[in-house]
Amino acid sequence: MATITLDTVRKVYAGDVEAVKGVSIDIADSEFIVLVGPSGCGKSTLLRMIAGLEDITTGEIKIGDRLVNKVDPADRDIAMVFQNYALYPHMSVYNNLAYGLKNRGMAKEEIDRRVKEAARILEIGDYLDRKPRALSGGQRQRVAMGRAIVREPAAFLFDEPLSNLDAKLRVQMRVEIKRLQQSLGTTSVYVTHDQLEAMTLADRLVVLNGGNIEQIGAPIEVYDKPASTFVASFIGSPAMNLLNVKADGDGLSLENGAGLSGSNAKGKDSYIVGIRPEHLQVVDGPSSGDGVNLEVSVDVLEPVGAESFVYASFPDGGPEIVVRVSSHARHEPGEKMHLHADAKDVHFFDSSTGRRID
Amino acid sequence: MVPYMLLLPQLAIVTIFFLWPAAEAIQSSFYLEDPFGFGSTFVGLDNFTDMLTSTDYGRVARFTAVFTFFVTFLSLGFALLLAVKADKVLRGASTYKTLLMWVYAVAPPVAGLIGVLLFDQHVGPMVDLFAMFGWKMQIGVNYFDTSFAMIVTAVWKQIPVNFIFFLSGLQGISKSVQEAASIDCRSGFRRFWTVTFPLLAPTGFFLLIINITYAFFDTFGIVDVIVKNEPGNNPVTLVYKVYLDGFRGNDLGGSSAQSVILMALVFILTIIQFRLIERRVHYT
Ligand SMILES: Nc1ncnc2c1ncn2[C@@H]1O[C@H](COP(=O)(O)OP(=O)(O)OP(=O)(O)O)[C@@H](O)[C@H]1O
Ligand SMILES: [Mg+2]
Repeated sequence: MATITLDTVRKVYAGDVEAVKGVSIDIADSEFIVLVGPSGCGKSTLLRMIAGLEDITTGEIKIGDRLVNKVDPADRDIAMVFQNYALYPHMSVYNNLAYGLKNRGMAKEEIDRRVKEAARILEIGDYLDRKPRALSGGQRQRVAMGRAIVREPAAFLFDEPLSNLDAKLRVQMRVEIKRLQQSLGTTSVYVTHDQLEAMTLADRLVVLNGGNIEQIGAPIEVYDKPASTFVASFIGSPAMNLLNVKADGDGLSLENGAGLSGSNAKGKDSYIVGIRPEHLQVVDGPSSGDGVNLEVSVDVLEPVGAESFVYASFPDGGPEIVVRVSSHARHEPGEKMHLHADAKDVHFFDSSTGRRID
Repeated sequence: MVPYMLLLPQLAIVTIFFLWPAAEAIQSSFYLEDPFGFGSTFVGLDNFTDMLTSTDYGRVARFTAVFTFFVTFLSLGFALLLAVKADKVLRGASTYKTLLMWVYAVAPPVAGLIGVLLFDQHVGPMVDLFAMFGWKMQIGVNYFDTSFAMIVTAVWKQIPVNFIFFLSGLQGISKSVQEAASIDCRSGFRRFWTVTFPLLAPTGFFLLIINITYAFFDTFGIVDVIVKNEPGNNPVTLVYKVYLDGFRGNDLGGSSAQSVILMALVFILTIIQFRLIERRVHYT
């Protein structure tokens, strides 16, 4: 158990590919950090630098008080769970778990105790004599977890450990990982591109974009106050509605003309306005309440069970609007719809930088 | 009918070039052939007992065993060493891989020839090199020197083949498995023997058989070039002796008996090889 400190860490690959551009994060002891972002944003690179599998171009990484830039992966006191599990194909499950401990010269009885304990927690006790190829994907995943926990490391590093599992198993393992991490209290860094996984697991989210940190914060904080349009559209599903608007005196208007009304000018000429699908209320007629009022026509109704989503558009084009409605609501394609969002639920972003304006 | 017709060419080739000569060899191994071609006498197992009790055959068999051991062991060892080094450089760089395939295509014949030239009694640089250290090599005269040149040339010629197989074996080992191992084990040496080597074992077994077969049968040309048709007291392999006794010594019966023994050996090696190839799917 330890803190992990990243200080302006950069990674430049051969051929001048700058995968990570000066990232600083202070990870507290026992904290569960999730690195999230689209493919190619540098999540794995960052994680692999913490693991020691990738050299650090510039910057410093500390685990606890120890600077680990030049420390061998085996000496960093970390354990990593790989996307494809990376189990040793020629070793039994037992030996897969025991291998790292044996190499550290641990006593046989202690190894046996730890392996049995991990097997009990992860319910893999029945397969200890099997080779990995005789296990299902879910079982392999558990073995990979087991290999990490027997080491009782200062930190767990996960690189998309669930992405090879089917949807149901993924949810199940997600809960299990969370429970395990809470009971062990081991500092964890978890990489995923699945925003739902990120939201549910994280104590704090780190949203990465093109090698830069867009935002760090508790999941709900990131959801409620996205720091940029990038975060706004990445976190939350369906994504936040983003509209280009012009300041029009005291009010606002959609770039392509009518259809939007509201006040709340913040002293700029143009904005990007963001509204989450659940904050748009369907109202009976044209509303002029404080906030944003839209008039759209229904394209598609998408029921997902507990709720439904309406995909709608403006009469004269422009961006698609997604609205969350109750699962019992009936809306026909082509139907006119009046929408209202309260002023407190409307996010403003700078139209050129995309940064949040409060 | 059509399927049999389609098989016919292949069957004809197998029959004419393999089954028929094999049957001939088995048959003549039981006969004593008149050296001038005037008929033959049935002698039962005499050819076999003569062969197995002859000191000459024992000597050649011993040399063949030593030769095979060194050729196999050294060519596998060096190839593995080179492949491990190359693998470190190559991970992910596919252009080099294609380049290296050229070694495979070009090297064996050229390397064989070069090997022979290197040990040429008059112009061979290896001979000159060893002479500088006070070892005056007398190839074709001194038994040990000749064996040495033969083994080095045979190893030299086989390394590229083994190298390519080992390299592709190494590249087939998952990168993340090796990374997991580097987190689990600090010592690269230990990691190699506990993770990389076992995962390479199927390739290794396969190559072992290939190399034994090579050392036994495919080194005829090297032996021939080095002893230059003057077997005398020079080391030769069993296969070369079949040729010597049959075509130089005109002892067709004895030569056939030897080739029957070799046939049995190939048969055994082939069976082992098939077994291993079946097991090769093992880790995937
Ligand atoms: N070994 C390498 N050499 C050169 N460039 C690399 C190397 N590894 C990764 N990159 C580049 O660095 C960037 C970040 O890669 P990284 O693997 O960290 O992305 P990621 O966020 O993990 O994406 P994904 O979700 O697809 O796994 C990418 O542009 C990638 O092409
Ligand atoms: Mg990745």
